[in-house]
Amino acid sequence: MPSFDIEVLLGQLLLGLINGSFYAILSLGLAVIFGLLNIINFTHGAQYMMGAFTAWMLLNYLGINYWAALVLAPAIVAVFGVAIERFLLRRIYELDHIYGFLLTYGIALVVESAYRAQYGVSGQPYRPPPALSGAIDLDYMLLPIYRLWVVGVSLVVCIATWLLIEKTRLGAYLRAATENPVLVRTFGINVPLMITLTYAFGVALAALAGVLAAPLYQVSSIMGSNLMVVVFAVVVIGGMGSIPGAILTGFGLGLVEGLTKVFYPPAASTVIFVAMILILTFRPSGLMGRSA
Amino acid sequence: MASASTAVPSRGASHTARRAALVAAAACVALVAPFLLYPIFLINVLCFALFACAFNLMMGFAGLLSFGHAAFFGGSAYVTAYAAKAWGWPAELSILAGLVTGGGLGVVFGWISIRRQGIYFGMVTMALAQLVYFAALQAKFTGGEDGIQGVPQRSALPMLDLTDNRVMYFYALAVFLAGFAVIYRTVHSPFGHVLRAIRENEGRAISLGYDVPRFKLLAFALSGALSGLAGGLKAIALQIATLTDVEFTMSGEVVLMTLVGGVATLTGPVVGAAVVVAMLTYLAAFGVWVKALQGIIFIACVLAFRRGIVGEIAAMLERSRQT
Repeated sequence: MPSFDIEVLLGQLLLGLINGSFYAILSLGLAVIFGLLNIINFTHGAQYMMGAFTAWMLLNYLGINYWAALVLAPAIVAVFGVAIERFLLRRIYELDHIYGFLLTYGIALVVESAYRAQYGVSGQPYRPPPALSGAIDLDYMLLPIYRLWVVGVSLVVCIATWLLIEKTRLGAYLRAATENPVLVRTFGINVPLMITLTYAFGVALAALAGVLAAPLYQVSSIMGSNLMVVVFAVVVIGGMGSIPGAILTGFGLGLVEGLTKVFYPPAASTVIFVAMILILTFRPSGLMGRSA
Repeated sequence: MASASTAVPSRGASHTARRAALVAAAACVALVAPFLLYPIFLINVLCFALFACAFNLMMGFAGLLSFGHAAFFGGSAYVTAYAAKAWGWPAELSILAGLVTGGGLGVVFGWISIRRQGIYFGMVTMALAQLVYFAALQAKFTGGEDGIQGVPQRSALPMLDLTDNRVMYFYALAVFLAGFAVIYRTVHSPFGHVLRAIRENEGRAISLGYDVPRFKLLAFALSGALSGLAGGLKAIALQIATLTDVEFTMSGEVVLMTLVGGVATLTGPVVGAAVVVAMLTYLAAFGVWVKALQGIIFIACVLAFRRGIVGEIAAMLERSRQT
């Protein structure tokens, strides 16, 4: 057993929890979109990057601070999402799922290249707001306030989304439309509008994750694409069937990744994929998913 | 998916004549091309054409969209390059090692991923390919960011001087044709018909008593092996194996080639590979905007052009015959 000290362990667990927060929000957004639209939104990573960049642009071009960006950036990116849904996705709902995958992949390529052409691949710094800067001294380790904030916001957002879908009337419509859109339409509910708003909501979640990530990681045009493959693995492990599945697996795998960094660092970038293989071997529909 | 009619042409007399004319035309193009165009470009086209055909065997004929084919292509390119450079194996043996690597990876990928259907399948293959990517990034023998460069081009046949670009072109053409022949035979064999049956209606194929997972696994192994052949050929012909070959974007590019040329057509991936490689070569000056253009083509293909170039032409001929 390799030697380690408790500080390193706690530090990595916290880092894992933060990564897990992002996995959770992103896979939650994917699950919400997939539930109603039956599309795996490959553009999710690009939309996460757009969220971070929008916050950066609001600050640098318009002087709008972090707190406002936390609301504005997701809203702006969601408008972009509405345009995608109205003009592109809407045309392919009756086709095989894989066309949705390919279409959103194409959109991601266009968006990421446009940002890359404009800003290159190097990261732009984004300072956390003064109220969240600094750290709490716990004697045995320093706890950066911003990181606690990220974990907190992520938990609140995830639980609120879960409550919205499971406990409200709107959520009930949404779940009904997922099961049988035609029937729900005959009851006079505007399902196409609901689909548009659901996509916008999922996109806004991705953008919110981007704004949260901006002060932690550098804002760059490629920040989304690498993360996306990991989030897909998280989604496969959790199973697309359930919202809690997406949330719990997101946080859980973040922690697993953090622990791997302590005990066997070279495997840290691959442990989630290995976990995916193991879980698929024993539970082919994922930890919490219904069979696909 | 494209309709089955493009995949299984009816066999009329005029059709046979037309096909003979097409084959003759293709042979002329293949023979004359290296004297008109830059041979390295053509070699590149041949490698990717074989890769795209191998990919199409799964996507087009078995209906399995893999988003991880870069692992077979790039993984095999590394193995071939290493065998030729570090062990001094001749080109043929090294390429064979690449083929075996691709087939082996295909079996492993297949065994894990065919448990999931449709879109999950694509995501699992993508994650597995990312695993191979990280392995290539961290392993010693792959040379990290530099890759394996200056791969020797030494054939076991002493009369072949592969360092001559035109000789290399015909060598690559021979390998491509061998791979293409295997795909042609597979598609027209009973096995190929079962694959199409699975694509069209998996439940019915199961109820007819076909062991569907075994067929899918076989398709995966075959597609992996042929992708490995393409990767190995590329490592020898262009003398380099790098992370680009095994990266996620490569998996996306092969999907694009197949989509542009025509899913579930035999020659579509060849046309698509030529188009995409030409775009990457001749528009390289536009830098990152080439990627954006790829994205736009993806969007256009999915929205308006799902049959691809060859598929559209075939449909047009079909219409003209009926009127």
